[in-house]
Amino acid sequence: MKRLTSIQDLDALRQQILEKRKHIRKRIRVCNGTGCHSQGSHKLVDAFEKVLSERNVAREYMVVPTGCNGFCAAGPIVVIEPEEVFYQRVKPERVAEIVERSVLGDEVIEDLLYVDPTTGNRIVHEYEIPFFAKQQRLVFRDTGSNYVRDIEDYISRGGYSALAKVLSSMTPEQVIEEVKISGLRGRGGGGFPTGVKWESCRRAHGDIKYVMCNADEGDPGAYMDRSLLEGNPHQVLEGMIIGGYAIGAKEGYVYVRFEYPMAVENALWAIEQAKEYGLLGDGILGTDFSLDIHVNRGAGAFICGESTALMASLEGKIGEPRGKHIHTVEKGLWNRPSNLNNVETWANVPLIINNGGAWFASIGTERSKGTKIFSLVGKINNTGLVEVAMGTPLRTIIEDIGGGIPGGRKFKAVQTGGPSGGCVPERLIDLPVDFEKLKEAGSMMGSGGMIVMDEVTCMVDVARYFLNFLVEESCGKCIPCRVGVKRMHELVVDMCEGRATPEHLTKLEELCHAIQETALCGLGKSAPNPVLSTLRYFREEYEAHVYDKKCPAKICKPLIQYMIDTDKCTGCGACRRRCPENAIIGVIKECHVIDEEVCVRCGVCIETCKFKAIYIE
Amino acid sequence: MEQMLQDVDAVIDQWGAKPESLLQIMLDVNHKFNYLPKESLQRISERLRMPINQIYSVANFFKVFSLMPRGRTMVQVCTGTACHVKGAPKLLDRVRQDLGLDPGQTTEDLALTLETVNCVGACASAPVVVISGETHSEMTPNKMASLIKEIKAKSA
Repeated sequence: MKRLTSIQDLDALRQQILEKRKHIRKRIRVCNGTGCHSQGSHKLVDAFEKVLSERNVAREYMVVPTGCNGFCAAGPIVVIEPEEVFYQRVKPERVAEIVERSVLGDEVIEDLLYVDPTTGNRIVHEYEIPFFAKQQRLVFRDTGSNYVRDIEDYISRGGYSALAKVLSSMTPEQVIEEVKISGLRGRGGGGFPTGVKWESCRRAHGDIKYVMCNADEGDPGAYMDRSLLEGNPHQVLEGMIIGGYAIGAKEGYVYVRFEYPMAVENALWAIEQAKEYGLLGDGILGTDFSLDIHVNRGAGAFICGESTALMASLEGKIGEPRGKHIHTVEKGLWNRPSNLNNVETWANVPLIINNGGAWFASIGTERSKGTKIFSLVGKINNTGLVEVAMGTPLRTIIEDIGGGIPGGRKFKAVQTGGPSGGCVPERLIDLPVDFEKLKEAGSMMGSGGMIVMDEVTCMVDVARYFLNFLVEESCGKCIPCRVGVKRMHELVVDMCEGRATPEHLTKLEELCHAIQETALCGLGKSAPNPVLSTLRYFREEYEAHVYDKKCPAKICKPLIQYMIDTDKCTGCGACRRRCPENAIIGVIKECHVIDEEVCVRCGVCIETCKFKAIYIE
Repeated sequence: MEQMLQDVDAVIDQWGAKPESLLQIMLDVNHKFNYLPKESLQRISERLRMPINQIYSVANFFKVFSLMPRGRTMVQVCTGTACHVKGAPKLLDRVRQDLGLDPGQTTEDLALTLETVNCVGACASAPVVVISGETHSEMTPNKMASLIKEIKAKSA
């Protein structure tokens, strides 16, 4: 490939690619996002390629391993373009049949189609599925249809045209102005206005400035940054190059968690390709703007998502945060001005440049503009990644897009914002989701994790879970966080294990406020949030643990007991054989009993019993 | 020993002997030997001209690093929020009982190490368990028990 040395070169290349693809009759999209990948979708790609080449039609029909489609619950997903026939839960055994009937032929294979759970109808096309219909996919539009390992696929969709526009017709100040008009706010959680951040970095003193991408997504239960970086690395990169131009950076870093090996690989690969095409490196697109970007892996510390800690770890120190009296846009990495934005924030930038800041500002609510990608997981039917306009009611996300709660159970709460966020209860289901409204409800946007909880989720246990997470992840630099959060965890553990007194509750609340006011960084300051929000909405559950020594959701082990229903037990002995502790006693065809002393409440018996004879008391 | 230091040198050369490469070098060495041998840390300290106590503090701070040899097979139970509400604690109990290990421990014959991880970003298929890099989705205690049997048979 010849390096592109001008804007015209890029346009000519785009035409060339489109011309080259004219002979392709159908594209078979195989989702290779994390959800589908863990269900074995990579085997599907191999199988399709094998069948197509055996039949000698690999020239006309193209297999495209794509990034995350979003509808992870239906994975592994295969979509056949141009009709967009959507097949779910595809197994490698079915590949030959799909090629025969739906690729070479135009038939639709009924039993692989998605079934609408409310109407029972089979749905043929991707765009007709309710999960997709209510979304507004802008940032995430191409991730599920982009050929991940092919820069040409991205260019053919108009990729890098925003960069070309910036380099040919806009000054850095104009770029910053456009981003300010758009009202884009940081998608990593804090929601700081992006344009303002860029401007302070541009104005900061220093010859060397850095542009950085935060892909450390440590927030448990969120994976949109992973999917974006894996599925459409060029979109993120294009945003970074534009940002680099705007603030005047010559060097950049992408900081990715080592737990995301595919994201690391794809980011590295995208950088290499962009360099080869002259879109990154020296003299980008023939202009005198140069930028170099490196990929650095994090080493599994949640705190390294915090900007000062992230930069410390990049410098080869331990990832401890510092007080932000001087912002990182003035003194960041190596004490030089550094502009750090989250993956999703960067991915928004090309859209803003292409369509204009005013267009972007027309989407969303008064103070939260654009769309947000949420990872909708937990006790919900349609798990996956969902992109909606800011201000979309929680009900639309959970009921319409998410398809409600499985097993006919009741929706109880949704946890947003990870360990810094909180739980939004069922009665606030009409809450429009944006930065402000979530904050008012005692939670926060965070990076966009939405963990749905049903009635068999214990809120005290959830609080304990987050506190345990924070105890493990606290860097230990300041005392409120190191000692305070640990003490909070001990108090909540006492509640879960039936040792709590009413005094525990008052102490817990006191600690929450003290830590909020005194901790050094964002992690510590927001650590009490999961406790405060559950206390606010689910106080009666805490009280049941403290006063009655009962766990209403039947989760906390020391407060529950496994029982066998004498009417339902047939004495089949299945549970007795599976019980790892030999805690079940009984002879065949006679009702069994559980020895409470020996039982460790592991739940294997409930999973095994076909007659639903075992219950929790 | 000589061979090991050569390997460490190769990693250092690849990243360059400068402070910002420290984490990357340590990640690669940790990956190569499945832990950070003492001698490798000394070598990194000498070549990067960084005090050994800084190298050790970094090694202790980050989760991925181990200063003790780890097992050939790594069993990682994800304890992210989505996995937690879908029953990860039960899975962890199951593995603990079957292997007789607590998270962070390794069997004496260096066959297996049990670890917990904070979210591997496969939340849609929760709860997940990662065994030697391969993600197993929608796990249940029963599925877990049979997987462990398989691993034990393989490592025996």
